[in-house]
Amino acid sequence: MAKKVALLQGNQACAAGAVYAGCTFFAGYPITPSTEVAEELSNDLPKIGGKFIQMEDEIAAMAAVIGASLTGSKSITATSGPGVSLKQELIGYACIAEVPCVIINVMRGGPSTGMPTGPGQSDVMQAMWGTHGDHAAIALVPSTVQEIFTETVRAFNLAEKYRMPVQVLFDEIVGHMRERIVFPEPGELEVINRTAPTVSPAEYKPYDATKGQVPPLASFGSGYKFHVTGLNKAADGFPTTKAEYVDAEERRQVNKVMDNVADIESNEEYLTEDAEVLIWSYGSTARSARYAVNELRKQGIKVGLFRPVTLWPFPEKRTSELAKQCKAIVVAEMNLGQMVYEVERAAKGNCVVVHEGRVDGEPINPGQIAAKVKEVM
Amino acid sequence: MAYDYDKSIRPGKLPHIWCPGCGHGIVMKGLIRAMDTCGLDRKNTAIVSGIGCASRLPGYLDACTLHTAHGRAAAFATGVKMAKPEMTVICCGGDGDGTAIGGNHFIHACRRNIDMTYVIMNNFIYGMTGGQFSPCTPTGAKASTTPYGNPDPVFDISKLAIGAGATFVARTTAAHPREIDKLITMGIKHKGMAIIEVLDDCPTTYGRRNKFRSVVDMMKHLKANAVPAVAASKMTAEQLAGKFLTGVLFQEERPEYTAQYAEVIKKAQGA
Amino acid sequence: MSSARLEVIERYCKGCSICVEFCPKNVLEMDVFLVKVARPEDCIKCMQCELLCPDFAIKVHDA
Repeated sequence: MAKKVALLQGNQACAAGAVYAGCTFFAGYPITPSTEVAEELSNDLPKIGGKFIQMEDEIAAMAAVIGASLTGSKSITATSGPGVSLKQELIGYACIAEVPCVIINVMRGGPSTGMPTGPGQSDVMQAMWGTHGDHAAIALVPSTVQEIFTETVRAFNLAEKYRMPVQVLFDEIVGHMRERIVFPEPGELEVINRTAPTVSPAEYKPYDATKGQVPPLASFGSGYKFHVTGLNKAADGFPTTKAEYVDAEERRQVNKVMDNVADIESNEEYLTEDAEVLIWSYGSTARSARYAVNELRKQGIKVGLFRPVTLWPFPEKRTSELAKQCKAIVVAEMNLGQMVYEVERAAKGNCVVVHEGRVDGEPINPGQIAAKVKEVM
Repeated sequence: MAYDYDKSIRPGKLPHIWCPGCGHGIVMKGLIRAMDTCGLDRKNTAIVSGIGCASRLPGYLDACTLHTAHGRAAAFATGVKMAKPEMTVICCGGDGDGTAIGGNHFIHACRRNIDMTYVIMNNFIYGMTGGQFSPCTPTGAKASTTPYGNPDPVFDISKLAIGAGATFVARTTAAHPREIDKLITMGIKHKGMAIIEVLDDCPTTYGRRNKFRSVVDMMKHLKANAVPAVAASKMTAEQLAGKFLTGVLFQEERPEYTAQYAEVIKKAQGA
Repeated sequence: MSSARLEVIERYCKGCSICVEFCPKNVLEMDVFLVKVARPEDCIKCMQCELLCPDFAIKVHDA
């Protein structure tokens, strides 16, 4: 049987991916350019018995998502930069309380209200460092409508598997772009659900890591009574200031991600085998970069593309390897320099690292990237 | 005779963190009695709070307890209730948590008339941070950040809740323990948003700055100035000066939010 | 002769004296920082002390 095909906007594909992943709860607040995610899910979730709620503000939306997830519902919110700024405290809450949830950030330009209808890639550092305190982050950066679907599914999988918030960031260009999408059949993509406890309610400790870095999470209303807090806590979930408990828990929550980078990492390479210059780019900008690679190759220039799909944790190992192989890396991103500093750090001085950015609301075009490559040759 | 609170308290959690004489413990006991009266299965009861002294309450109770971020209890609780309407949801917290940083969530939870009971302990001050003025600190009162007297006007939490659309609003004080559990019981049984405001004492950061010689003085003040709403209608404005009305202040039937959303699901599914 | 037995859980009592002040029969006394059951025979089991104790520290039992 032929697979279902459609012409969809990135934001619509995101909503479809959420439903495929088993999402049954959305809470959000209207914001350009992400609103279509909410609109789609307000239509689709009640059809499957799921819940959609438009909250009074961005913070409330994040709070409701965490609350719903604690009852066992796979939960999602969608917003843009200003909304993510408002959600930061509770993203940290989801980190320390270890509550699975997915946050969609359809990126626009500028600090503050900036350019609501223009694209940007200037929230990528915020995705890692936006909330206060030590924590690990997972952030995915799809670059096509099809990939928005699959990465939204993967975001739920990672959130459930590692019991934490996962962010999916795509710029306004891909969010609003319409492309052909082939819907995966049910069962075609892996769908992961959180691990439920096997111990009795009396024995259950919500942060008991004796059997692995990610403790099983019981649901409210499933027979388990337990305490959840944003305070530093011990394995039993109750607040503590005892140094050894605090230290162990903080480290475990970072290590559960950093020890599993191989599982979380995802990236694409294009003509990197013999590349002398590497373009390091993600999201819609990576599409321009790929075009630039093809054009430059026609001119005999040995250039390749590295495109992270998992942006955080940062693809440290592969970036370092490529830095040793290449003479120069051009980091193309729609900002005034963010991931370039991470690339520079990973390159460890083994090659030149330069930035090609743009923040005028226009996409970075292939010519712009090609010119930069020629400049560093 | 002696009430059995122990079966509701998590083992080893007492004594609690609250200061000598703090009324939050009295409210917690009232809440336990109300939950018992309603026969709540603690496995299906979520108790949600924000940040502050009063918000430490859920940690003591053997239930599904969620101690969230400052001001956000009602928003987290809305997520819990929406996702699992069969759970009983109780919020608790203080006046600053609920009406300042959490004011937006508070009024919108009232507006939706979502089925939960919010016990708001109004002790007129931010206690945990050392006694800064809250939206409920009386005008002219002393707080650590109003050394010259509080210039701010005061929120009337119950009026705020009524104005915002809560369908059960009641007030009592920590000096009226039997009324606490009576009103919370009514709130839990009420289908919709129930706000139970309990005027409370903070001897440590409010009382000592405001000429209350002891916690007993504060309790006597609460007892002496509470006027049952039913009696107030027969009193003059002069007689009511400085008093606060207690008992059920407002009650109406209006469609409840999760029931309304169940209708949305039916429509979406073409039923 | 009263049939009440008052139990003070000293580990929980923080000495706020609310129970002492609100007992209508003057059954309780402060013993420096803790409450002491001074005249149990006068107790009428009105339960005020137990209801008003913020610290779960006093219980009124049938004797």
